[in-house]
Amino acid sequence: MKSLVFLEHYHGQLEKGGLGVLSKAASLGEASGVVLGEGAGELAERAGAYGATTVYVSETAGLSAPLPQPRVDALAALVERTSPDVVLFGASVLASDVAAGLAARLEAGLNWDLTDLVLDGDELVGTRPALGDTVLVDVGWTGAPRLALVRAGTFDPVETGGTAAVESFDVEPSDFSTLAELVEQTQEESSGPSIEEADVIVAGGRGLGSPEAFALCEQLASALGGAVGATRAVVDAGWYPYSTQVGQTGKTVSPKLYVACGISGAIQHKVGMQGSGTIVAINRDPNAPIFDFADLAVVGDLHRIVPRLTELVRGRRSG
Amino acid sequence: MRIAVCVKHVPDATVHKRLDPETKRLDRSGEGALNPTDLQAVEEALRIKEARGGDVVLVSLGPAKASDSLRKGLAMGADKALLVSDDAAAGSDLVATTAVLAAALERESPDLVLFGQASSDGDGAVLGAAVADRLHRPLVTQVAELTIEEGSLTGKRQTEHGYDVIKAPLPAVVAVSDAINEPRYPSLKGIMGAKSKPHETLALGALGVDAASAGEEGSKTTVRDLGPPPSRGDQVKLEDDGAAPQKILDYLVEKKLV
Repeated sequence: MKSLVFLEHYHGQLEKGGLGVLSKAASLGEASGVVLGEGAGELAERAGAYGATTVYVSETAGLSAPLPQPRVDALAALVERTSPDVVLFGASVLASDVAAGLAARLEAGLNWDLTDLVLDGDELVGTRPALGDTVLVDVGWTGAPRLALVRAGTFDPVETGGTAAVESFDVEPSDFSTLAELVEQTQEESSGPSIEEADVIVAGGRGLGSPEAFALCEQLASALGGAVGATRAVVDAGWYPYSTQVGQTGKTVSPKLYVACGISGAIQHKVGMQGSGTIVAINRDPNAPIFDFADLAVVGDLHRIVPRLTELVRGRRSG
Repeated sequence: MRIAVCVKHVPDATVHKRLDPETKRLDRSGEGALNPTDLQAVEEALRIKEARGGDVVLVSLGPAKASDSLRKGLAMGADKALLVSDDAAAGSDLVATTAVLAAALERESPDLVLFGQASSDGDGAVLGAAVADRLHRPLVTQVAELTIEEGSLTGKRQTEHGYDVIKAPLPAVVAVSDAINEPRYPSLKGIMGAKSKPHETLALGALGVDAASAGEEGSKTTVRDLGPPPSRGDQVKLEDDGAAPQKILDYLVEKKLV
């Protein structure tokens, strides 16, 4: 199975999501990577350590802004040249747009939200938890190239220490691909550790009752050595910064421990954190949907439980 | 200006969604509703129409009873509805759905095509980008704020890292984020008025779409098998009787998480 993996980068670093998918692809056969945009050349070689034999790079001017359509042009050209059996993406806002555009361009099958990829003889089979994870579907493709978006946080990058050949290529953008232009970019920086890298996240929702109550999450997060996350509802209400938002809009996280405080567990939130190792949910409402997928479901008042839990964690750590 | 909103009839949120083990497709026999995030796309279209004039057309691919959902969009204030409904289109995957919707949109030739964030049953957030490529139109997705100017639009796109402000000339395709607005409820007048608005249902042939490019035949992905849901292991439940903090700590210690 010959794969091509789309490797995203941000602030001079290859994103973990793409590297995890690359490691998985390398376990299924020959894997190549593609890095696009400014600085791609410098980053390309590093993908060798995660199993890529060749990394294709293009720094064509149209690829500087993080916009999907010129990337569809680039990938379409690369697929035509290298004929991969499968093109893989770690899910993100940008990658989803690129994968979908490429599917339309090549009239190729795209399966999304995959949590595993296995070979059944010569055939690639994807695993997709569907309908709010109530059913597990084995999905396939009718022909090559097979396109797949892998659920964020599914595969961990595995360093194997190889080296990759780096090959540059030129992209001729389609006339419509460069019509959308980036005019401004704002990055919200949150204080404290980034929620994408954190092993522990303590997240708060509307059940906190007030923006001040986020202090409870912050204290517990600090005791556990983790970061603070938030739901869309509370970010929209201005209680907490957008950079901490977990969900379909916002970040997708997969920490070892996710503590949900006063979060109902709407599907938009769930898709952003369902890859977490252990989910502890504290909510007053015994019927909150989050209890359907929490590992430890605690029905009770978070305003009483969280401060006491924080003290107990601190006590254990210092003791 | 003419705004087309692509909407989907999905199983109602209160209905237990299931896949039919025979067809391996979603069982659509129960109550349905307009996909929740599509309501936000309709709302945005209505706000643009109210500010700048023009008309709003709803475009959908689905079973005949999707008409009920389209009527809700008409009651909110959309001007007309176009439903593409054909047995040959059942089971369409992304590529097949894109082919059908693109044909319907070409027929309506809108200045702006709006999509909601994602459907509650397919949950891919991929259709807008695929349709934009097929129509050769500029694309902005995850738009939390949309401004229409003369001949162009500016969208504030939410990404994992913050906001990207993107400008694109019309005609264009936009998928809104779930943070863009609160959709209105239809008024009684709107509900009554919806009954007399143009509401077309077309088969694939009437749109000039070859049946072989839609439905399972036109799809490039397959569903091989259905299995039980992924197990998260045994769930532990507890009601706070005063000892919850200690029990949570014990649980975390046992799992080696502290």
